[in-house]
Amino acid sequence: MAENPGMPVRPSGRLLRAPEHFLSPAQIAEVTAGRRGFLRGAFAAALAGTGGVAAAQGTGDANILELPAHTKGLGQPVATHGYGQPSQYERNLQRRESPGLTRVSAASVSFAPLQGMFGIITPNGLHFERHHQGWWDIDPSKHRLMINGLVKNPLVFTMDDLMRLPSVSRMHFIECGANTGMEWGNVAVPTVQYTHGMLSCCEFTGVALSTLLDMAGYDKKAGKYILVEGADGSSMTRTVAMERALDDCMVAYAMNGEMLRPENGYPLRMVAPGIQGVSWVKWLRRIEVGDMPYGTKDETLHYVDLMPDGLHRQYTSIQECKSVITSPSGGQTLLDKGFHNITGLAWSGRGKIRRVDVSTDGGRNWRTAKLESPILSKCLTRFNFGWVWDGGPAILQSRAIDDTGYVQPKINQLRAVRGTRSIYHNNAIQSWRVAEGGEVSNVQVY
Amino acid sequence: MSRCIELASACLGATALCLTLAAPAAAQQSFPGIGRAATPAEIAAWDIDVRPDFKGLPKGSGTVARGQKVWDEKCASCHGTFGESNEVFPPIVGGTTAEDIQRGRVKALTEPVGRTTLMKLSSLSALWDYINRAMPWDRPKSLSTDEVYAVVAYILHLGDILPGDFVLSDATIRQAEQRLPNRNGKVKYEPLWNLKGKGDVTNVACMKDCPVGAILASYLPDYARDAHGNLALQTRAVGPTRGVDTSAPSLNAPPPPPTDPALALANRHSCMACHRMEGKHVGPAFKDVAARYAGKPDAAAVLAAKVKSGGAGNWGQIPMPPNTGLSDQDLAVLVKWILSGGS
Ligand code: HEC
Ligand code: HEC
Repeated sequence: MAENPGMPVRPSGRLLRAPEHFLSPAQIAEVTAGRRGFLRGAFAAALAGTGGVAAAQGTGDANILELPAHTKGLGQPVATHGYGQPSQYERNLQRRESPGLTRVSAASVSFAPLQGMFGIITPNGLHFERHHQGWWDIDPSKHRLMINGLVKNPLVFTMDDLMRLPSVSRMHFIECGANTGMEWGNVAVPTVQYTHGMLSCCEFTGVALSTLLDMAGYDKKAGKYILVEGADGSSMTRTVAMERALDDCMVAYAMNGEMLRPENGYPLRMVAPGIQGVSWVKWLRRIEVGDMPYGTKDETLHYVDLMPDGLHRQYTSIQECKSVITSPSGGQTLLDKGFHNITGLAWSGRGKIRRVDVSTDGGRNWRTAKLESPILSKCLTRFNFGWVWDGGPAILQSRAIDDTGYVQPKINQLRAVRGTRSIYHNNAIQSWRVAEGGEVSNVQVY
Repeated sequence: MSRCIELASACLGATALCLTLAAPAAAQQSFPGIGRAATPAEIAAWDIDVRPDFKGLPKGSGTVARGQKVWDEKCASCHGTFGESNEVFPPIVGGTTAEDIQRGRVKALTEPVGRTTLMKLSSLSALWDYINRAMPWDRPKSLSTDEVYAVVAYILHLGDILPGDFVLSDATIRQAEQRLPNRNGKVKYEPLWNLKGKGDVTNVACMKDCPVGAILASYLPDYARDAHGNLALQTRAVGPTRGVDTSAPSLNAPPPPPTDPALALANRHSCMACHRMEGKHVGPAFKDVAARYAGKPDAAAVLAAKVKSGGAGNWGQIPMPPNTGLSDQDLAVLVKWILSGGS
């Protein structure tokens, strides 16, 4: 590990303007000569593939002056796509694997592209994935849910049954317990997609778990835990506290207005608000009521947090308060100095977000960001913060506080208690370094 | 596995009666026509979980010898002949000692080494249950009960936990569990289980002139710049930013290599993987070491010996492994540098 270069950021020795890659040497000369207004147009032009046509020069922008085909012709008919697709210009935003993180892609994870997302809802096609033994598209007419264990009436439900029952719809985040896990020891990945992308948020619709447990007549005295189990090859099993199950857990068949996607558990999954994603068992087939935790493989060998003394903490389910700036963020380049909207997400597995503060000087000084509505319990909250970039180096951070008063910690505070090898539950403040050239990169500063 | 199985088998002779008894009268009242009673056979087909108290464990047994056959035929292709393979998943076997078996705690878990399954395993039910439900990975639930017993016995034998003539069964499994190297290595951690728990790490919401260390503690090395592909193609091509073209050199000049020769030496010998000049990391801050030993006449000799042989308990519970590859000359430079507080 190399020693640090000194706070906050060493002025770059090779100060080049951001869009150098798109510009010709002549244009670079103009930029270097200080004609900054030139930049934006050149950039757009370069991306549009027309090459080197500057905006608003001469009589004006060619995009305005010369009416395009879409203004002068006939567009596509309705229902060209029975199921609509994103614009062809949005292809860059895909869920992606982190190379080298896992060895086989049927037991792997794909990260959601948080850097390009707006508001708090994750589009279904961009929801992060984590599978242990591959995913399936299960025929809903053949899927069954069983409830057994410490219940008076062991029951079986079809999907028809479940969808006839009173339904609830609520918005919740889901975060993998290992989200940001690669960053415990040091910076490891370049963008917010890979640092924080095991995070998504949907409006889920399904049946309150309490309804089903009541129907089965669960044992109110001895039934302190439930086991949830999947129908896939891994038949994932996880223990959930009965208290949580009765509080706000649900058995969901829909996300964001349509049925679950196969990768997210079609036709039925567990929704366990505030609890790490592995407990949101997909392709849910069975719920068992019991009087002790089940110590399953993913509660004994994984999703356990290794402490410096060699002891593992077990059943560390709650996703504590956390936030991250999604733009500007690592791997991006600011277009120009001047106004920028710093935007990001905050969430807490214990309740609502009360406040988010933002620092642009590496944590020395903070100001409070604006929270966008809705602000819901165990749900993502979007924050925005106006910032005028003077073109100099900066380090951007966000710090969330939830309605229990808990303040999101710094990475060194987490390390002081938990060491660097616990893998799970890294909810540290994230730092993004903005260099003079406008390039943003992932750093750790505390 | 549930109590209902026992109930159900108790009344197998009178199935019709049982089904009527099990009919959810209350449920029918609140949501008539929805859901039906699960049959004993259905419950038996799906309720396969084995709890830490071994409730749900089916009767059966398997020898180490049979387990070896199962392993070689059905597991070794992915996990390696000795469970050591890193190809599809971290190794299953390795990293445990006879001493660990005595103590029930795996010492290597305090060291910066990889973690195998047997190093972490604290209850045998987890291994039995998982193999029974999920392995072999591409043909889960294809093993017979006796094959599961056998292959679990063989895995434990590979880890020198069970002798070669051991017969693992529902009768001997508790005895085998008492030899798990990490059986005492877990704690149910309520602060992160309980919604109302307080958590274990605290920060305060300082707003002005807050204390921050004057360091950029970690950043991505330049060579890792394109390890995730070209980031320009992973960000929207319109808006306030663009993705950085990581196929081209960085606009952030990389930080200069350390000019201090002692620091370079410390980097080369990986001391800085665990230490910082200021601030505790895995090991103590070198400035704190300097302060503790300031003025002691034999400080240099004492520290040199400690660095060489490793140590524990002076600064906390984490041990420092021995640093045997150091020449005496390098060691002297390092210790002098540490005692001088880095100057
Ligand atoms: C086709 C490859 C393959 C075969 C064959 C296979 N496994 Fe696995 N095994 C895996 C993968 C992949 C995982 C990790 C799954 C996950 O991510 O949850 C795994 C996980 C495991 C684990 C859990 C390890 C841990 O620490 O989490 C055990 C134990 C195991 N396998 C035992 C077996 C046994 C016993 C057999 C033979 C009966 C077997 N495996 C056959 C691929 C395989
Ligand atoms: C794997 C992590 C690790 C590495 C690598 C490491 N140390 Fe340490 N070091 C520690 C820990 C942990 C302690 C505290 C041990 C204790 O409490 O007795 C420590 C303690 C020390 C001490 C204080 C000893 C005492 O008893 O007061 C010195 C001096 C020291 N290390 C120097 C070095 C040097 C020089 C190197 C490189 C050659 C090095 N360390 C490499 C983890 C490490």
